[in-house]
This record gives sequence, structure tokens and C-alpha cells, in this order.
Amino acid sequence: MSGLAVLIPIALFMGLCGLGFFFWAMRNGQFDDLEGASHRVLIDDEDMPEKADGEESGDA
Amino acid sequence: MNTVLPLHDAADAAVREDSRFAVPGMRCAGCISKIERGLGDMPGVAKARVNFSAKQVAVSHSADLSEDRILRAIEKLGFQAQILAENPLAEDRGDTARLLRALAVAGFGMMNIMLLSVSVWSGAMGVTRDLFHMLSALIAIPVIAYAGHPFFASAAMALRYGRTNMDVPISIGIILATALSLYETINSGPHAYFDGAVMLLFFLLAGRVLDGMMRDRAREGISALLKQTAPGAMVVQGDGTTTWTKTADIRPDMVMLVAAGENLAADGVIEQGRSGFDMSMLTGESDPEMRGPGEQVLAGTMNMLAPVHVRVTAAGRDTSIADISRLMDEAGQHRSFYVRIADRAARYYAPAVHSLALLAFAGWMIAGAGWHQSLLIAVAVLIITCPCALGLAVPAAQVVASGALMRKGVLIKDGSALERLAEADCVLLDKTGTLTMGKPQPANLDILSHTEKRVALALAQSSRHPVSRGLAKALRDQDIIPAQLTDIEEEAGEGVSANWQGIAVWLGRPGQTDAQMSVALIIGENVQLIEMADLIRPYAKKTLAELGEMGLPASILSGDRAEAVAPVVNMLGIDAQSGARPDDKVAAVQRLTDEGYKPLMVGDGLNDGPALAAAYVSMAPGSASDVGQQAADAVFTSDSLMPVALAIKAARRTKEIVRQNFMLAIGYNIFAVPLALAGMVTPLIAAIAMSLSSLIVVGNALRLRGAAK
Repeated sequence: MSGLAVLIPIALFMGLCGLGFFFWAMRNGQFDDLEGASHRVLIDDEDMPEKADGEESGDA
Repeated sequence: MNTVLPLHDAADAAVREDSRFAVPGMRCAGCISKIERGLGDMPGVAKARVNFSAKQVAVSHSADLSEDRILRAIEKLGFQAQILAENPLAEDRGDTARLLRALAVAGFGMMNIMLLSVSVWSGAMGVTRDLFHMLSALIAIPVIAYAGHPFFASAAMALRYGRTNMDVPISIGIILATALSLYETINSGPHAYFDGAVMLLFFLLAGRVLDGMMRDRAREGISALLKQTAPGAMVVQGDGTTTWTKTADIRPDMVMLVAAGENLAADGVIEQGRSGFDMSMLTGESDPEMRGPGEQVLAGTMNMLAPVHVRVTAAGRDTSIADISRLMDEAGQHRSFYVRIADRAARYYAPAVHSLALLAFAGWMIAGAGWHQSLLIAVAVLIITCPCALGLAVPAAQVVASGALMRKGVLIKDGSALERLAEADCVLLDKTGTLTMGKPQPANLDILSHTEKRVALALAQSSRHPVSRGLAKALRDQDIIPAQLTDIEEEAGEGVSANWQGIAVWLGRPGQTDAQMSVALIIGENVQLIEMADLIRPYAKKTLAELGEMGLPASILSGDRAEAVAPVVNMLGIDAQSGARPDDKVAAVQRLTDEGYKPLMVGDGLNDGPALAAAYVSMAPGSASDVGQQAADAVFTSDSLMPVALAIKAARRTKEIVRQNFMLAIGYNIFAVPLALAGMVTPLIAAIAMSLSSLIVVGNALRLRGAAK
């Protein structure tokens, strides 16, 4: 019984955390461009655009 | 991501503007970074963000940087782009987000309550059971208040107008079940229905979210196709220079410089120049009309041949297009009278369920069970019969079907459109732009030799003129590789000249001055005349035959002259009404409706807008005017006409599946209701029955995945 007193609040708290995170993600526009997100991973030229361009043509 | 450049002038930030551009040609990560970096480096641009799913770029820029210049910049980066209107279809986007939040809350509540309920079902007794019920109540009540709000609000609205819809039995069931469970909890009773009530909300919300997502997805797809008829114009200033002015800011007496291939942003009178105007969007006429100085030209028409100066006589709401939008508003009003299948079912379902629950209560009272026991059984009946499967049956089927159609290039705006599409029983088709491509295409390419084709392509692709574009596209489709040319020069509205291996070559307007669309290709001394014509869409005949087989006779309703319609009529072998003005088209649709038909209207132009809105259901090709696409229930993106038949086939199949789902739901009730009436339903049985019936219904709907084959 005393275990329940700890476990149930923990379970609820974790559920609420997940819910809160989901709400944040929606407000933050995380789901606006699902396809784009998968492509953006491939853009690796944050700081050095010249070098990235060179790599691109090298690969092709 | 790497494109946020702070504006140097802080004052500029106050007058920042947001513009959106459709860039359909984006295909890879390279395109994203190229556009974002390219635009980000442009002076005056604060931020450029690509939305890859929607194929759009949102640009935040200072007010003195015109949309037109950003458009040119995107084109210089190597992408075709279009300025987008103020997102006319996105007004109720927030609805789905709200439903999704409610769904998340209901899901959270359902999982936690179910955890507690399982322990109660597996034998928790005494204090533990009471504690768990108490905890369930603590979770369930805020969850139901939040997640149930969409249903309560809609039910309250329906009741206020003395009607009933699906949400009324849902709301009554949930509220009664919650209230009774609360009473049970306080009095240490054995059964609480919190899990059932929250689970019901979860399944129903899942149905609503599916419905909303389908609508949003289609609308996003359509808004990416929307091209503003004319986002603005180059206006000639006092000192002879020109500046880009948005349509909304154009005033009478301004002088617009309209280049060949541009749409007019306002009505006006030509001051300088002579050109042919493509009026097909307005009138349905396929041949361009020649207009010279002093003659009137209308907003929404396209300048085909040469640049002209136009003095504006009417802008914005006063243009000739405004009449059409007024007609459309009137014609579209009947749409709101259409009752969705689910709500039609609810009309019979809700009273039946309520009287059943009431009968159960009365019956057990008479049998002497006491009011508490009787109420418990009545609530069990309500929970069991609650249209859980029904609420999921329709949206699940429609979402799967519209997803299948979307993969085939048909965007269905909402579920009601799919339902109406299944019921259509005759078809009206516009000619120009609907049965035909609406773009000039070469009709006699075979007269050219391979070398001539290569030269023609090289010349055509260097011009933005609509005729050159049509020619270039047709040649590229034949896998022609352009010849190497030097000294390419375009004389606006006349033609393109260049040098090919030391020979002077020229592609352009043939000598005669009529507006007929043919082009002359001159290589040295050799002159070839390429006829340009508006060709019939591929598979038009096959589509009409299939429609006929499905019991939908087709006829043409065109604004073009009878002589222009005749060849199409002969070729396709169907009836036609020609010379129809926009209000004639509405009248034709109205006449069919009065005779008891449910017409499907397929059209593209501004002149079809009112008829599209008036018809029982309507479709437009992706090349249609923005008005046409907004008025239509569905948009197909391919050149072929086949999707029209495909959409009807899929819609009918969906209707069949929805009917099956209703049968399944009713069958489940026939099995479960007697149990509930007998007082044998516990919360455990209710939970199992509910999820099982929902799963079966969703599984059945998934069979529609191949519906668009």
C-alpha cells in the first residue's frame, strides 16, 4: 500500500510530463513540416558553406 | 536555420512583412538550403523558412522589398515560384490542433484510469477499490471537462436550434455516466464508469482528428496550387520608371505596364501597344482576342503577345471579377444544407438510444429494482450504445480513401465532398482548360526535323512567353536536347533571335497580325510554321466512357462559341451547350438540380466559379484559376482527365464501406444491448466491447487503401 503512494504519483507525473511535452511540441511547430525535417538532417553546412558545396559536388 | 540575419535598421523591424511563395520544384535537402541561404543573403530579408511538406517558402522581409523582387530572386536561384495569396483556405486550421490536444489529454486520462481500473477488475476490494475509484474520478473529471468540450459545445449548439446531431447522445451518455460514477465513488459502490466515459471520448476524438487532418492535408495541397490571378503589376511612375504594386494598392488612373505572359491585375483601357488577350478564364473562349489603344481589357485575363500600357479604370472590388464572386456567394449557400451521413444516421439513432435507455430505467423500476439499480442499468445501456464505432466508422473510411486518392493526385477537400461525389448522377464539363489543357500546345510538331526541333527548343526555352513555354514543354517531352546558340536576344512580343553555327535563327510571331496562335521558326532561309492549338486532355474519351458506364451521362457546358465547341463535341460524342455566361452556367446547374439530378460540375475558369459552387459537387483541375480551385470540392493535379472517374469510383467504394461499418456497429448493438438491458454489463464488459467494435470498424476501413486503383 505504501508503495502505491509513491508509484501512482510518479506514474501520473510522468504522464503529465509527456502531455506537457506534446503540447509544447505542437505550439512550437514541431509537426508543421515533417517531410522537411527529414531532409534538413542532410544539410551540414551550418558554418562553412564553401566546404559543404565542395563536398556535394565531390559526392556527385 | 542558418538564415536569420538581423536587420541592421531597428526601425525596419516594425514594418516587416510576411509573404509566402509556392515553390513546387523543391525535391531535396540541397533545394532547402539553396533557397534559404540564397534569400537570407538578400538585403532586406530578415528570415526565409522553407516548409518542405507544403512546398512553400515563408519570407519575412522589410516593407520596401517588393514581393515581385523576391519572386525574381527565387527564380534566379533556379526554381519556378508563385506568390501566394493570404492563405484563404487555412482559416480553420486551429480546429484540428485543438482536437489533437483534446485527444492527447483523453489518451493520457484513459491510460492512467485504465491502469487503476484493471486492478479493480482483477479483484481489488474495500478501501483499495474506493481509493482507486477516487483517484480515477480525480483524473477523469478534468479530462472529461477538457476533452469533452468539443462535443458538449456542438451538442449545446444543436439543442439551442432544436435539432439533434451525433454529439447529443454522446454528451448525454458521458455526462450521465460521469455523474453516476461520481455518486458510486462517494458511496463506495462497486462499479464506476470513468474508464468507459474517457475511452469513449478518446475513440470519438480520434475520429474527429482523422477527419480534420484529412481536410487540412487537402487544403494545404490546394493552397500550394493556388496562384493568385494577378498578385500585382508594374505601375508606371511620373518619371517614367516602374515600381511593383500589389493588387490591393492599385488605384484607378494608374498606368500598368503589362508584359507578355502576365495577368492583368485590374480592369483598364489600353494606352499604348496592341496585343492578344487570353480571356478563357473569364469567358471560356479559347482563342485570344486582339485589343489595341482605347479598347477595354479586363482583370484576370492574360496578355499573350506584346507588352502594353493599360490605364486602370477599376481595381479591387470594382472589377469585373467581383461580379463573379457575388454570383458565387449566392450559388454556394445551399451547400450548408447538406447533412453528413453520420448526422443523418444520428437523427434516427439518438432518439432510439434515448428511448431504449429510458425504457430500461422504467422497466427495472416497475420490476422493483430500486431507482439506483435502474439508473445504473440505464447508464450501461447509454454507454454500450454510444456511437463509438459510428463516430469512427465514417471518418476512418473517408481518411483512408482520400489518402489513396491523394496518392493518385486527387485532393478531396473534406468528407462531405466524398459523400456527395458518391451520389452524383450526371456530369457537366467546361471545355477550355477542363476538357482541353487550356494552354497552347504545338499541333504539328512532326513537320520539323530533329535538328529543327533542337534549335526550336533552344529558342523557345529562353522566352517566358506562354506560347514559347508550351512549345518548349512539348519538345522536352520528346527528349529533345537544345542546340547550342549564341547571341540570344528577345524582342518582347515579337520573337527570339539567335545565332546557330553561324546561321541566323528566329522563333516568333508569323507575319500576319491576327491573334491566331502559330509560331514561325526561321533557320537561315528556311521557314516553318508551327500551329499552336489547345489540345484535348489525355484519356478524355476513356474517362467519359467510364463515367457513362457508372451511370453518369456527361455534357459540355462551355462559354466558348459554338464553332469552337463543335470539334470537341464531334470528337467526344457528347451534348454541348455553348456560349454560356457565368449566370447561364448556374441556371443550367439549377435546372438539373430542380429536375432531381445531382450534377457533378468540372470546371476551371473564373467563369465556372459560380457553377462550381452551385453544383451538388464539383471538381477542378490543378491548372484552374484560384477562384475555380477554391469553389471546387476536389482538385486533381494530373493532365489526364482520368482522376474524375477514379474519384467517383473511390467515393462509391467508400460509401459502400461506410454502409458496412454502420451494419457492423448495428450488429454489435443487437448483440450488446440485450446484455445491457438485462443488467449484465459491467464496466469491464463495456470497455472490451467498445474497443473491439472500434478496432473492427477501423480494420474494415483500411480495406479502402487500394480504392483508387
